Amino acid sequence: MNNIGIEQILFISTALFFIGVYGLFTRRNMITMLMAVELILNSVNINFVSFNKYLYPERLDGVFFTIFIIAIAAAEAAVAIAIIINIYRNHQSIDVEDSEEMKY
Amino acid sequence: MPDNFFSVMQFELVATVIMFIVLLLRLGKKRITGDSLLLVINGLLTINLLVGFFCNAHGSLFGDMFFSNPLICFQKSILNLGLLIISLQSWPWLKNHHHTAEFYIILLASLIGMFFMISAQNMFMVYLSLELATIPLAALANFDLQLRRSGEAAMKYIISSAFSSGVLLFGISLVYGAIGSLNFEVISIGMSANPLMIFGFVLIFAGFAFKLSAAPFHLWTADVYEGAPVAVTSYLSVISKGAIVFVFITILYRLFQNIFDTWYQILFLIAVLTMVIGNLFAMRQQNLKRFLAFSSIAQVGFILIGIGGNSSEGLTASVYFVLIYIFSNLAAFGVISLVSTLTGKESISDYKGFYKTNPLLAWVLTLALFSLAGIPPTAGFFGKFFLLMAGAAQDNYPLVIIAALNMIVSLYYYLRVVKAMFMEENADPIQKLKTGVSPALALIICVAGLLLTGLIGGAYEYISSIV
Repeated sequence: MNNIGIEQILFISTALFFIGVYGLFTRRNMITMLMAVELILNSVNINFVSFNKYLYPERLDGVFFTIFIIAIAAAEAAVAIAIIINIYRNHQSIDVEDSEEMKY
Repeated sequence: MPDNFFSVMQFELVATVIMFIVLLLRLGKKRITGDSLLLVINGLLTINLLVGFFCNAHGSLFGDMFFSNPLICFQKSILNLGLLIISLQSWPWLKNHHHTAEFYIILLASLIGMFFMISAQNMFMVYLSLELATIPLAALANFDLQLRRSGEAAMKYIISSAFSSGVLLFGISLVYGAIGSLNFEVISIGMSANPLMIFGFVLIFAGFAFKLSAAPFHLWTADVYEGAPVAVTSYLSVISKGAIVFVFITILYRLFQNIFDTWYQILFLIAVLTMVIGNLFAMRQQNLKRFLAFSSIAQVGFILIGIGGNSSEGLTASVYFVLIYIFSNLAAFGVISLVSTLTGKESISDYKGFYKTNPLLAWVLTLALFSLAGIPPTAGFFGKFFLLMAGAAQDNYPLVIIAALNMIVSLYYYLRVVKAMFMEENADPIQKLKTGVSPALALIICVAGLLLTGLIGGAYEYISSIV
């Protein structure tokens, strides 16, 4: 385990970030889109923790940042899911293709 | 607790106290509703605004995470003023609403987030307060629970804002990896043009451009503005945008001063794109709220030109423009919200013959649109003039010429509304509307601000003295 370098971890986190972006742009289900956003936030978490551990082990900025990101992501998901439930009540669907009241 | 705790954090503390008073009013046994509740809240918001004028504290708190000086106090006062005007305008809408108190609690939470964001001296604080400012706004966009488009707007807003903060965060994490600190002071010294930092910078820029609704990232704006209740739309387009502009300036001028050459090129491109796209799309809109959404995108382009000046003039001109923009945009939204609340009509063709039935309101809307277009003697002209002056200091004349051409294009669509109101006949015009006391008061404040901030030069000089 000791010979994993920061490069590998950064590769994972960057890949996760772009998987999240791809998921957000291609998925049509609102819950799945929310999950894609969580992937993006988790890639950031990995980044912060690994930078903190490998490069600046004497300070804890990155780890604290991660904890706050997790907490805020929970708050964001709570509001988003409340909105999705409300949309489901009005539209009987959570497919973004059905939310098309407003277009160009 | 340091001695200056209360004076430095005055705005945040006052807003928090008001939020809790409103919460207690909601929870109290004797339920206050309707006009009396709104009277109490608007009184509190007036106090909030007035108390803000006495603040000129200079100092930092929480280990240099939070900072305040007279300029920051002035920016917060601008936001307070905007909130008061919006609150007065939304009186007729909230009077019969079941959740008036909740509306204000969420609104104030978001305002507190913006206060912290303006004062932040640390990327960590910037992120936390940005989320505190945007998550409540998504809930507010959904405030007309039964309307389909309201929920749709909220969904679009929360997904795009979550995505943009994800992008912003990734940028912050890369900058943290390159420099090892989140403090503005340390980052600004350590900043250099190496690839990792530039990648981080581009992501941070993109995150903020999303929130500003600058051009390639503007797609959410029109839908959210159209679907959300008018009070929330005006809050989003004026106060939220103003706060983001202030913090964006701080970040570009302080954090990334060392890589000015890089960010100037990006800013140039985005400013041109934003103006052109905002103007072109505004031309073909029929719904007035959508129309104002695209016009506000175009205005952001002008603000970006001023920011590109990279000087204290650029900062002064941007703050001055935001002040004027609050007056002009809120005057326009005030009339539209009145018409939309009382009659439900929102499209431009409904406004044909508006002058015949409501001459005063038609004049207010005309003044507001003239100010947005930048026609003297309204304040909008001076705002745009100073922005272009600041932008021209970089000797980038193509940018200034494009901006001037865009101002001419924008005249076309602003005057289209004026033409519909004054010159076109309509068999079924909007009937004579009864303006209540508080919307009228809000419109008077806006019109006075529109005319006075331009004609009396004190505002610009005051801002430039505290920059």
